[in-house]
Amino acid sequence: MTRKQRRLTLIGLAGVVLATAAGLVLYALNDQIVFFQSPSDIAENQIPAGERIRLGGLVKDGSVVQGDNAQVSFIVTDEVETVAVSYTGLLPDLFREGQGIVAEGYIDPNGVFQADQVLAKHDENYIPKEVKQALEDSGHWMEEEQGAASYGSSKSY
Amino acid sequence: MIIEIGHFALILALIASVVQSVFPVWGALKNDQRMMAVAPPLANAQFVLVLISFAALTHAYLTSDFSVLNVIENSHSDKPLIYKFSGVWGNHEGSILLWVLILVLFGALVAAFSRNLPTQLRAATLGAQGWVSFAFLIFVVFTSNPFLRVAPAPMEGRDLNPMLQDIGLAIHPPLLYVGYVGFSIVFSFAIAALLIGRIDAAWARWVRPWVLVSWIFLTLGIAMGSYWAYYELGWGGWWFWDPVENASFMPWLTGTALLHSAIVMEKRDALKVWTIFLALLTFSLSLLGTFLVRSGVLTSVHAFAVDPARGLFILGILMVFVGGSLTLFAWRAPLLKTGGLFAPVSREGALVLNNLFLTTATAAVFFGTLYPLALEAFTGEKISVGPPFFNLTFGPLMIPVLLMMPFGQLLAWKRGDAWGVTQRLTGAFFVTLVATCLLAWFMGGTGILAALGFGVSFWVIFGSVWEIVDRVKPRKVGLKKAWSRFVGLPKTVYATSLGHLGIGLTALGIVTVSAFETETVLTMQTGQTQQVSGYSMTYDRTWDQRGPNFVERVAQFTLRQDGNVAATMMPSKRVYNVSGQPMTEAALYTSGFSQVYISIGDNMDDGSLVTRVYYKPLITLIWIGTLVMSLGGFIALIDRKLHVGAPQPARKAVKRPVAATPAE
Repeated sequence: MTRKQRRLTLIGLAGVVLATAAGLVLYALNDQIVFFQSPSDIAENQIPAGERIRLGGLVKDGSVVQGDNAQVSFIVTDEVETVAVSYTGLLPDLFREGQGIVAEGYIDPNGVFQADQVLAKHDENYIPKEVKQALEDSGHWMEEEQGAASYGSSKSY
Repeated sequence: MIIEIGHFALILALIASVVQSVFPVWGALKNDQRMMAVAPPLANAQFVLVLISFAALTHAYLTSDFSVLNVIENSHSDKPLIYKFSGVWGNHEGSILLWVLILVLFGALVAAFSRNLPTQLRAATLGAQGWVSFAFLIFVVFTSNPFLRVAPAPMEGRDLNPMLQDIGLAIHPPLLYVGYVGFSIVFSFAIAALLIGRIDAAWARWVRPWVLVSWIFLTLGIAMGSYWAYYELGWGGWWFWDPVENASFMPWLTGTALLHSAIVMEKRDALKVWTIFLALLTFSLSLLGTFLVRSGVLTSVHAFAVDPARGLFILGILMVFVGGSLTLFAWRAPLLKTGGLFAPVSREGALVLNNLFLTTATAAVFFGTLYPLALEAFTGEKISVGPPFFNLTFGPLMIPVLLMMPFGQLLAWKRGDAWGVTQRLTGAFFVTLVATCLLAWFMGGTGILAALGFGVSFWVIFGSVWEIVDRVKPRKVGLKKAWSRFVGLPKTVYATSLGHLGIGLTALGIVTVSAFETETVLTMQTGQTQQVSGYSMTYDRTWDQRGPNFVERVAQFTLRQDGNVAATMMPSKRVYNVSGQPMTEAALYTSGFSQVYISIGDNMDDGSLVTRVYYKPLITLIWIGTLVMSLGGFIALIDRKLHVGAPQPARKAVKRPVAATPAE
């Protein structure tokens, strides 16, 4: 096999592998990514029941109701619209009323968001970036909360 | 005073790095011995200076010196000693200082172990290393100074993020950084080779030990991070395809490719341009990882401080190094002569395929990690690219790699005999078939996907050790002879077999857990017993107790199997005094390779306790596999033919007869 043939074989093979990978990526992008939505987006966009989305917002004060068998329901709000959420399982350590969360799941035919994952991450002062953005968009972002969320501002003493 | 000494030493190190960046490289290009000779002493000086600086910061943490801002923000006098120590790098400034410390340590090691290197290559490598340390020292001194004082000093600090108060913090970051930063040496070697135009098999021989060391530590660092997340986060997940994980996984993938292509370069003087490219790419991805993790682009437990100036600075470093090195590569690489020829079916051919799939898989992970960031930056649309995406793209790309692995190991260099290798592997194939059926039966029947997964994993496991069986032939020659043959095998055979065996074990763990784990969420009353995956679990009692810097509610469970007590498990829920932050501590019970995992939630109004129980069959194989892989890397490293910086003439390495070149 000459050098040229060898090179052509290699390039051909690389082409096939890359094309396969590109195909997989495109297919997965169509099918497997999840869009982030705030309660206002959901009210606006008429998302079909069953489509997977990520819902972000604050847990409404006084809305958490413990059901049977570790089922919990609560309301997520961006201070404009609200979405009822149902979840079964252990809530994260930092889940509490008034706290920003992100939930992943789908809206059932009754309009209740069935979450299979609830995230409230890592840090007492942490508000998920998407939630912060959504609150800013709806005009309910409070600057003093943001101050606590960054170490930068604590340098003032 | 000590703090000021640390600060001052850091600035001196910065100055040393400036000198190291300029003169050795200049000397290497002009072939000026005196300018080249400054490199090793400067590399040592930098190491000593940064070590002083790091020791000063550590001292401040251990003595809880609350006049230092960094200590106030991340420590507390009640914190246990081990976390005071590991807390030094449990924050942005300290972690970057650790990064720099390891960087200059590697510089000093190169200076120490490279006496046999050609002077030009040695000087240029240390010079390029100087560029990297200059960039990061500037970053520390001007944007991330850990030595800022506060007056008046407060009485107490704010304590470390409770999630980081774990032994994992003492182990995971140092391991990972040695891996990340070790690839900077490989990068510097590549830059030096391009600058002075000397790239041959000898270069690969000098570089391989550094690739191996970095790869071993990166492997262990990622595995440790995964196990830490598994037991600490309380969700029982061991890999989330989180961008932060991907940031460390991408250099691992290209580093693994580099490990293999460097073998081809050393043995056959081929794939030179490609190997240099991988060396540049791997460190570029390490820098990208540092950028993603430290800049605040991503919000995660790893992104300590969100300060745009720092993000921009690291982005600047990233662009200069990636752009600069690729430009140099584009300019100098075409000058390289192409090396040895090989047929597509050969050891080289197999390693090329391995590289092709590994880099393509890296590209898929890269895309999935950065696409959401890019999309948000350009369109404002927010998406989440999670595990389904990666499983669908990365998974299929790995299957051919796993299937081919045993073949590649047995193929001869230059021109291989595919049919002969297939015949030699027949035994491995039948053992695989039997093992797959047995495991499927033991698990009580499986779906088709899990069965295929078992098959592929066992194929890698048995295929990778088959070479040893095949060379020793215990059935033919008797045990005694077989043992002496086994002992006499070249170390590279063990290294390859263990490396591949580790992959197989990890794959088997992943397949089994993904297909057969169970998750049960229960609300339990005191005294209640539940059946969970063959165990009966009784909730005995709860009590409150006080830790050094937290209070916790502990729940006690008794796990019974066939009526006998298997374990008493005590998961807890803590609230840390200073931050008021709650933390769940899961309890684990290991039986064989499988684990039972309990984490608890809040008490309900009626006094019952929300409990989450997982049964994770064979999960520990995931991490045991990485240990076996690393052991393989370690054996390759101590192989006497690879003595660091002890080069043999390149000709000899290339012309060695095929039969004497053992499997890699």
